[in-house]
Amino acid sequence: MAEFRLPTNSIVKKGNHYPAPNGATNTRKFSVYRYDPDSGKNPRVDTYDVDMDTCGPMVLDAIIKIKSEMDATLSFRRSCREGICGSCAMNINGSNTLACTMALADIEDDVSIYPLPHQPVVKDLVSDLTNFYAQYASIEPWLKSDTPAPPDRERLQSPAEREKLDGLYECILCACCSTSCPSYWWNSERYLGPAALLASYRWLVDSRDDNTGERLDAVEDPYKLYRCHTIMNCAQVCPKGLNPAQAIAETKKMLVERRI
Amino acid sequence: MNSLRTPLARVKGMGSAGEGTDHFWLQRLTAIGLVPLCIWFCFSMASLPSMDYATFTAWLGSPFTAVMMILVILVAFYHAALGLQVIVEDYIGEKGIRTASLIAIKIGCVFFAVTGVFSVLKISFAS
Repeated sequence: MAEFRLPTNSIVKKGNHYPAPNGATNTRKFSVYRYDPDSGKNPRVDTYDVDMDTCGPMVLDAIIKIKSEMDATLSFRRSCREGICGSCAMNINGSNTLACTMALADIEDDVSIYPLPHQPVVKDLVSDLTNFYAQYASIEPWLKSDTPAPPDRERLQSPAEREKLDGLYECILCACCSTSCPSYWWNSERYLGPAALLASYRWLVDSRDDNTGERLDAVEDPYKLYRCHTIMNCAQVCPKGLNPAQAIAETKKMLVERRI
Repeated sequence: MNSLRTPLARVKGMGSAGEGTDHFWLQRLTAIGLVPLCIWFCFSMASLPSMDYATFTAWLGSPFTAVMMILVILVAFYHAALGLQVIVEDYIGEKGIRTASLIAIKIGCVFFAVTGVFSVLKISFAS
């Protein structure tokens, strides 16, 4: 359901201010969304003046610095710090991206950090992605073939066939795309979203997979697939530079192709 | 947590409707069809010497004009019904209101299309 206003208990209030340590000359203001479900209070935005002279180059460095030096109660996910695990996906200055690959030098002015939009918040910047992962699982993201694999070797694929998977297999499931999509915001319980549909297309064009028809059947639905209206937010925010909107358009083309 | 159904069971829901491709395809076909039809309609309107009733009925009396006009009405209302359906599906989540809106759109578009076509035929055959 389209929601244009936050429920009363979700309205974001002004939070605490954490000043920079004495002697810091080069500081930068970070506004960070804070929410603790156990407190029973509304979410708030805390501001931190971070000493940039002792801070690493990326947004993630700044958040880690805040947690270790200024406010240990801040919660967020992070792991690889090099854009391959997808854990630190969050909304930075209005765009979903990975905190670890977002350089502070590329952001003008202050930095504002929120969790991924329109997902339940577990705490602070940690959103609940249960539905998102279930949607990925629902497209059955594994090779399905009725032909048994050769007993003595792997299934072969020509270089040209392998090339078709480029721009698809690199998805790290960070959820930046799906949670940036208005169609996903309004209908996430039925629309699979760009990430799951990109993964679905990755198997649709895999030359080794022979379940193409069944896979197309599975997504041919007004909600599962056709909620995509090529808004392109997904392609714009993808931190890996992928284009889920194109994968969805190609899926629609395959669906049209098989009936004309 | 209101339900103990697994997340995967909820996502899979009632499965795929096996539908939507016709809607997608026809929305684009009708859009393409509307391009020449709209251009024709605008040029014909602009080229009418005056905007009075007599001129208009005489214009609509020509078989070519009547056929084109019927096409404009049918294609435009078909396209409108498909487009309005998308808006309702996108923004109205409440099942009852959504179903009622979808029914109202279909009935409304059919009603206006039939009214339009009947009007063209009445004027065309009378002149």
